[in-house]
Amino acid sequence: MSLVELPTTAVPPARRRLAGRGLPLLRGTGLVGHLCAIVLLGALLVAVFGAAIAPHDPDLTNLSFAFVGRFQDHYLGFDSQGRDLLSRLLAGARTSILGPLVVVLLSMLFGTVLAIATAWKGGRFDTIVSAALDVLFAFPAIVLAIIASVVIEPGLKAASLALSVAYTPYIARVLRSAALRERSRDYIAALEVQGLRAWVICVRHLGRNMLPIIVAQGTILFGYAMVDLAAISFLGLGVQPPQADWGVMVATGQSGVLQGYPMESLCAGLCIVVVVIAVNLLGERLSDRSTLVTR
Amino acid sequence: MLIVTLFVASFAIYAAMYLAPGNPIAALTGGRTPTPQAIQVLEERYHLNDPFLVRYVRWLGNALTGDLGVSIPLRSDVSTLIRQRIGTTVQLVAFASLIIVVVGIGLGVLGGLRRGIVDNVVIVLSTLSAAVPSFVASIILLSVFAVNLGWFPVLGGGDGFVDQVRHLTLPAFALAFSSIALVARITRASVREEMGREHVQTAISRGIPYRLIVRRHVMRNAAIPITTIVGITVASLFAASAVVERAFTLNGIGAYLIQAALSKDIAVVQGISLVIVAVFVVVNAIVDFLYATLDPRVSLGTSAS
Amino acid sequence: MSAADGRLLDVASLAVQLPVGGELRTVLHDVSFHIGPGEALGLVGESGSGKSMTARAIARLLPAGAVTTGTISYAGGDVTALKGAALRSYRAEVAMVFQDPRAHINPVRRIGDFMTEALRTNHGVSKADAVARAIGLLAEVGIADGQRRLEQHPHELSGGLLQRVMIASALLTEPRLLLADEPTTALDVTTQADVMAILDDLRRERGMALLFITHDLELASAVCDRTAVMYAGQLVEQRTSSQLHDDPLHPYTAGLVGARPRIDGDVTRLAAIPGRPRSAYEAPAGCAFADRCEHVEDACGEARPPLEPIEDGFVRCRRATELRGMLRAGGRHG
Ligand SMILES: Nc1ncnc2c1ncn2[C@@H]1O[C@H](COP(=O)(O)OP(=O)(O)OP(=O)(O)O)[C@@H](O)[C@H]1O
Ligand SMILES: [Mg+2]
Repeated sequence: MSLVELPTTAVPPARRRLAGRGLPLLRGTGLVGHLCAIVLLGALLVAVFGAAIAPHDPDLTNLSFAFVGRFQDHYLGFDSQGRDLLSRLLAGARTSILGPLVVVLLSMLFGTVLAIATAWKGGRFDTIVSAALDVLFAFPAIVLAIIASVVIEPGLKAASLALSVAYTPYIARVLRSAALRERSRDYIAALEVQGLRAWVICVRHLGRNMLPIIVAQGTILFGYAMVDLAAISFLGLGVQPPQADWGVMVATGQSGVLQGYPMESLCAGLCIVVVVIAVNLLGERLSDRSTLVTR
Repeated sequence: MLIVTLFVASFAIYAAMYLAPGNPIAALTGGRTPTPQAIQVLEERYHLNDPFLVRYVRWLGNALTGDLGVSIPLRSDVSTLIRQRIGTTVQLVAFASLIIVVVGIGLGVLGGLRRGIVDNVVIVLSTLSAAVPSFVASIILLSVFAVNLGWFPVLGGGDGFVDQVRHLTLPAFALAFSSIALVARITRASVREEMGREHVQTAISRGIPYRLIVRRHVMRNAAIPITTIVGITVASLFAASAVVERAFTLNGIGAYLIQAALSKDIAVVQGISLVIVAVFVVVNAIVDFLYATLDPRVSLGTSAS
Repeated sequence: MSAADGRLLDVASLAVQLPVGGELRTVLHDVSFHIGPGEALGLVGESGSGKSMTARAIARLLPAGAVTTGTISYAGGDVTALKGAALRSYRAEVAMVFQDPRAHINPVRRIGDFMTEALRTNHGVSKADAVARAIGLLAEVGIADGQRRLEQHPHELSGGLLQRVMIASALLTEPRLLLADEPTTALDVTTQADVMAILDDLRRERGMALLFITHDLELASAVCDRTAVMYAGQLVEQRTSSQLHDDPLHPYTAGLVGARPRIDGDVTRLAAIPGRPRSAYEAPAGCAFADRCEHVEDACGEARPPLEPIEDGFVRCRRATELRGMLRAGGRHG
């Protein structure tokens, strides 16, 4: 998967006027942005409390219920092992959502630090780091995750680490140009003249002024991380069964699909799709907004 | 740059695998305790006692001549194993690329040139398809078109051209699904951006017919970003096809890479990773080259970004 | 109306509204003028006064959703109603030269493609023929190595060269009317003079009519027979160029004449008009210039004054006759 900077078409003045409304964090993202944020907040709550609010034990197998449909308070029926599907979806939200969240936080951290450092220092340092990132660019995220699964061990940890590293060059590249743009502004020079330490300027001013872009890129990245991490779990190299995870469930449900019982795979897939749609729509709007802010 | 990248990448792959836990002797003997003589024979045959750098240089040298070593669990030549399977992957990627180009660019141009309903439909479709990962698309397509409707075979590769196409249709669409959205969006945005350019106004002011304006000015100029995004997408398909190959139990290098990773078949993981990275780098280099030929403002020297 | 009464282009009570954020915003209001065959009319005004919109309305290049009222007729035919092939053949006779040649020439195609495109697609001229004619015209605009230039891409040419290319290719199809929207504003001063001289010469040679848009009243007077002044989307005055300069009738025109930097002895003086230019939609209810005019009276705010005929032209000011002679260039200072 690749992250690409979309060409942003000029935003008409009317949109600009609307930019004042809404919650501070989401200002300028419109109704759709707010709806998406609500969906994501819900997903996050499920990720944290899902296992606790699950009506049944997500790991309790009862083979005589395998593939049984809706039954009493088992609203979505059972999976191939006769486990309660709804409970597994709720419990599976944890790794499916918090996993990508960790990936995003890590790669935003790596990417932002590298971007600001290279933009600030320039010269030799910039050349070397950029060259190293270019090499990293050559590794598709999935390949890196597969290698990590062999070198470390198959699991969420190895996969998350691999994805964080794989995304870093993309983030660093996008943010580096933003940092360069910001660095060339007069106020930075003014702060330098005042004798402020470089790292103070970087963190307090440069970093803070880049925040809208960082937030937008992080949101967009979350969609990619979620899809890639789920794909790795689907392949058996990420979260390990029997633990509930949406990617794993799409894979374990596949035998059911072939037998005409697609509920498990489809429900897990749908959960992924809904969250990714919400993230993409919100990310798009945040990034439109950030290009407005930085112009 | 291309060579340096590949060189460093190959080193990284080899070094990472070298650090992987696990004992090749144990893998070779399948858990039985071998005699010390047997161990010595195996160590010599597979050069297990040589220093790391020597082994890396030997591996890379052999790789350049097309020899990627021996799969210890399968006791078979990695290059041969890859050669047997790469055809399926190439066909799958080619088929998916075709779909991406036709459907993605088609939708994008439609959305870019028309406003109103057509455009909104394109936006909704691409928002939806962008969010459907290839493995979910695989499951949906399998469930609907193979299991329920029975239009396509469920699994496997097929024999003969027509049969192969039939077997590859669903996997190719699954692989193409989210990339279609990406290409459609970039195409739509580029077409729209080009339509609004001043030089298009010039062409209109001279009475050039709409059809020719679209072809000679809008599409010709939008071709630059479109080629880039299609190239990047196609380059990434080789890695992404692993997921789809596994979902449809196709016998390609992607599925084989996963299988090797699960069984800790180091030589195979090294070999296929190297192939995928090499393809990725080479395709990206081709994209850079195309970019420079399409855009006269970019000279070939400066295009390597 | 027809070409028989000596008018090639006739614009009457032209008004244009553009959609901005869901509502229509007036950018042109009651613009009227005419151009005879071979005649040059200057159109002068500050930034945002609607000069480009006027040219775009004539060239039928208004943004989507624009609402046009009033009439534009060319050689007796209604321009606003043209469609399809008729519109294209109108465009073949009315060429446009844009302000920013770098943006207005396709950057990825060769200069040769740009120059010969219209000839080859609309006039059925063969490639060799079109190239020969392009080289000929490039020579006329002062580009000697035309052959080589045709093979180059726009980024290889300087702004001045590109504007010459633009002018040459506008003339290539032998239009009867040329709309030149600030053709020299994007160029440096010496190049400006060269390009202007070329444009003026070629126009006179060919007997081509010209609508010349500029910020520069002096330049317009030098090139054009008559000059019209725009303010806030309206035409406020239109006279023969020399009269406009020596005896301005509208206070705004007088301000413009005075706003030219002039060298009086050894001091350079810029007599600016106080206040900031207005767009049509921001203009006050009565006379659009009322809030910046030093001769304003209460009555000026009551109704939009009409464009009234006066000797050699038209003026839109209640007090025009009354103030005549007091508005000499820079008169406010004397
Ligand atoms: N696409 C548009 N939509 C809405 N309003 C526009 C648009 N383009 C221009 N305008 C407005 O129309 C008015 C006239 O613009 P126009 O470009 O004709 O001015 P101009 O006299 O050519 O100025 P300049 O000397 O800067 O070229 C301005 O107030 C401008 O803000
Ligand atoms: Mg203008």
